[in-house]
Amino acid sequence: MPIQFQPTEILETIRMVADEKFDIRTITLGISLLDCAHEEMGPLCDRVYEKVVRSAERLVATGEALEEAYGIPIVNKRIAVTPMAHVTAPCRRGNPAEAARALDRAAATVGVNFIGGFSALVQKGMTDSDRRLIESIPEALATTERVCSSVNVGSTKAGINMDAVALMGRVIRETARRTADRDGLGCAKLVVFCNAPEDNPFMAGAFHGAGEPEKVVNVGISGPGVVLNTVRRNPDIRFGLLADRIKRTTFKITRMGELIGREAARRLGVPFGIVDLSLAPTPAWGDSVAEILEAMGLERCGTHGTTAALALLNDAVKKGGAMATSYVGGLTGAFIPVSEDAGMIRAVEEGTLCIDKLEAMTCVCSVGLDMIAVPGDTPASTLSAVIADEAAIGMINRKTTAVRIIPAPGRQVGDRVEFGGLLGSAPVMAVHPESSEAFIARGGRIPAPIQSMTN
Amino acid sequence: MEEQGTRAVITVVGQDRVGIIAGVTVVLAEHGVNILDISQTIVSGFFSMITVADMSGCSVGFSELKEKLEAKGLELGVQVTIQHEDVFRYMHRI
Repeated sequence: MPIQFQPTEILETIRMVADEKFDIRTITLGISLLDCAHEEMGPLCDRVYEKVVRSAERLVATGEALEEAYGIPIVNKRIAVTPMAHVTAPCRRGNPAEAARALDRAAATVGVNFIGGFSALVQKGMTDSDRRLIESIPEALATTERVCSSVNVGSTKAGINMDAVALMGRVIRETARRTADRDGLGCAKLVVFCNAPEDNPFMAGAFHGAGEPEKVVNVGISGPGVVLNTVRRNPDIRFGLLADRIKRTTFKITRMGELIGREAARRLGVPFGIVDLSLAPTPAWGDSVAEILEAMGLERCGTHGTTAALALLNDAVKKGGAMATSYVGGLTGAFIPVSEDAGMIRAVEEGTLCIDKLEAMTCVCSVGLDMIAVPGDTPASTLSAVIADEAAIGMINRKTTAVRIIPAPGRQVGDRVEFGGLLGSAPVMAVHPESSEAFIARGGRIPAPIQSMTN
Repeated sequence: MEEQGTRAVITVVGQDRVGIIAGVTVVLAEHGVNILDISQTIVSGFFSMITVADMSGCSVGFSELKEKLEAKGLELGVQVTIQHEDVFRYMHRI
């Protein structure tokens, strides 16, 4: 029987894993907790703990078995659950942070590093349950290790709930204060979304949306290193050809996500959901999205041309990936989390990359202002205004945007805060000192844009 | 693309020396792995071998065979990798 593959193809695959840090970033098991609702917090927490542990008991072992079988690292095994505000709705007197602690215990029991879904979807308005949950976020994040929280404050269809935006500015400040001994680490696990996807496998914004099945397996791929080497190997080619080379590369790495996702779903006996074909950087050199942009010919990420380079990259990633998997979902695009990307950190520290440029970049890639540390004395209204700007970009452009911002207590511009592990370390960036207070104090809702009228 | 393949691709890369193929194939034979095809090239002293093997009669698990091959690679001073054929099938064929 002849070898079906060319030696160059086989060696390319080996090189991706061995030298270019290709990995599957996460297998995320989505679990519906709607049936755990109860009027009393005690029994509700027992049900949540029991269901998560029962549903995910084989998740980590299955992930490790897949790594063995296919020789491709699977960095994280994680869990996403129903937005907790839906589950705690009948429980009018309890403290939702208790449910966060139940999630934390369940995550520890099954051995996952993050569990997402301490969430509320309030793009048009807040239920009593949503408000109780949002107000408990600082306590929830200060008293848990593994729980991630997200709040959706806007959408193209609903507009932007500016009351929620104002509230989130205060919640972020309070979360930073309650985790001040860890440089405000709690805020690194809190995402404010516009147009939040319901099947995103990536943390901290993962939750198991209302339209999802009982359980589902979603996969997030990675691979900035592989794309970086593709760009570096072709220093002089014109843009059309460069986009084509990136497409070919992302096609291949997405195929691995498809293979691992399908096999994980089969072994766990749950449906396969989607592949999220996002380029997710890690703090390691050679695994950076900023380095890809620089390899295209920019002296430093953040200089003029950065937005165009990112637009080309993001589009080529999507086009290559779309052909490679039967179900695309989640965030899908290139991530630009500052603290998790060595090249972004360098660009900020050298003064090339500022918040305003990052905001422009979020117009053409997935997600938004991600893992950005700002001075600890930044007013809540300024944080809210940053959120409002990002939400507006998402609302008008019919895309997901998010803000994960850390007002690091006691820190000033030029300091660097360490979060450790995949969360990396963030240089503290300047925000505009001029006040947005009166703007945020207006309250109400920014109406849905004309783009929402698609029927 | 749905069925579970039982074939593996074994690659050996390193400095050329006597006995690389012999060493690696002995490990495969000892564990009931049937070699379907071998392709070998040497470019300026750099040895590279790609083997497709049938794992259906393998007497040990995939991870144990992988450990044994990696240990043999260390002994021979070459890098041995073994991967499920599906990895290549998914990545390079539609």
